[in-house]
Amino acid sequence: MSNIPENVRYTETHEWVRKDGDKFVIGLTDHAQHEMGEIVMAELPEVGAEATKGDAMGGLEAVKTAEDFYAPLDGEIAAVNEELESNPALINEDPFAGGWLFAIKASDDSQFDGLLTAEEYKTHIGE
Amino acid sequence: MDKRTPLYEKHVALGATIQSFAGYMMPIKYDTIQKEHMAVRESVGVFDLTHMGEFRVTGKDSMAFLDKLLTNDASVDAGKAYYSTMCYPDGGIVDDLIVYRIGDQEYLMVVNAANLDKDWAWVQSHLQGFDVKVENESDETALVAIQGPRAQQVCAKLTDVDLDGIGYYEHSTDKFAGVDSLIARTGYTGEDGFEIYMKYPDAETVWDAVVKAGEEFGITAVGLAARDTLRLEVGYPLYGNDIDHSTTPIEAKLGWVVKLKTDKPFIAREILEQQKVEKPGRYLVGMKVIGKGFPRHGTPLFSGDRKVGIVTSGSIAPALGQAVCLGYVERGFQKRGNELEAEVRGKRIPIKIVKIPFYTEGSRK
Repeated sequence: MSNIPENVRYTETHEWVRKDGDKFVIGLTDHAQHEMGEIVMAELPEVGAEATKGDAMGGLEAVKTAEDFYAPLDGEIAAVNEELESNPALINEDPFAGGWLFAIKASDDSQFDGLLTAEEYKTHIGE
Repeated sequence: MDKRTPLYEKHVALGATIQSFAGYMMPIKYDTIQKEHMAVRESVGVFDLTHMGEFRVTGKDSMAFLDKLLTNDASVDAGKAYYSTMCYPDGGIVDDLIVYRIGDQEYLMVVNAANLDKDWAWVQSHLQGFDVKVENESDETALVAIQGPRAQQVCAKLTDVDLDGIGYYEHSTDKFAGVDSLIARTGYTGEDGFEIYMKYPDAETVWDAVVKAGEEFGITAVGLAARDTLRLEVGYPLYGNDIDHSTTPIEAKLGWVVKLKTDKPFIAREILEQQKVEKPGRYLVGMKVIGKGFPRHGTPLFSGDRKVGIVTSGSIAPALGQAVCLGYVERGFQKRGNELEAEVRGKRIPIKIVKIPFYTEGSRK
């Protein structure tokens, strides 16, 4: 069974989103990192770039597969996890903390409330 | 229903991720692919490759039969082995395989698991006119590979055979871990190592003995996922990815296993001869990725606006810490150092054609 913490929200494309002050931190769910296997490269967006909900913001390469990840909210990229440059395995090892991908300064914070709850995400992935 | 190898319970006990592959439930990985890969590069790993197919060829015409069927030359000494392709009349590849010459009139063909049924039918359909018997021993023959710079030290503990006397692509029929085995210095990793063939009921004995003998070297069980990254890192083609019915050995840079220098007739000889002279329209090349992103099987390659090729295998090369790939490019674009672009999910990634093998530090003798 995947780890699905209750204190974050989720997307159908397997991102988690956590409110952190005036920003939203985004990462890949435990379920998704497990499905992908060992992630060996993370391609992250540029800080300052515009984020449009549902648009691909970057890509992750695992040994066997590749997946894009998407903006869960409209806004602007406020930060990216530079650690992943040298240690992309953090996404596998610590998906909800050290393996975060990027942060967004949202243009409309209320979009966050429309994201999936832990319960809804659990149903979405069939667990 | 997928078959289980006689080592299936070992894989389960080791916590392997097990998936269906070529009709067998096979261990894909036990730990992480990176760790298994590096264990083979730096010390030693053990693989269950029982899914591979084995055909034993015996009889007066064994050599003539194999010479007809296979592109490489069967006239090696007993105790030696050779790598070959098996081609359709149009030059496309049925399979690639290793053939061990056991005796004057006896050979063992080892074929890809995924091609087993097709290969068996192909072999059967060419028997006419040859005084030869071919037996499919795939369901009774297990294969355990021990690969890595420490492989010989591990194996030396388990056999009285002088392993220094077995050179690369040579073999000996003898006791290994107390059981009757074919002990061969062959492999698919770019490292020194041995492949041990035995009967099904003996497989557990051999596996357990190898694991115990390798303990002091930190021997690691290695799954099929790392087997794939290991072979890619040294540029070995994989049937179904890099070679298949639509590719010829000349295009795949396997001309060295096509015996055009002999006068032996073999299936596809004329067409391959002609292709060698006229030069094929495309070549298999090795490529290193310069930008970010990973070209994979099926990724198109461009020179400017012109599509000039396609990637057939691509992944991380763990020992090099970067992405590498194999693929076909149009003749004229295959020169080393040439830069192309791979189109990955709508984005162009610069790549460069480089020498194969990508990884050159292997212990292979």
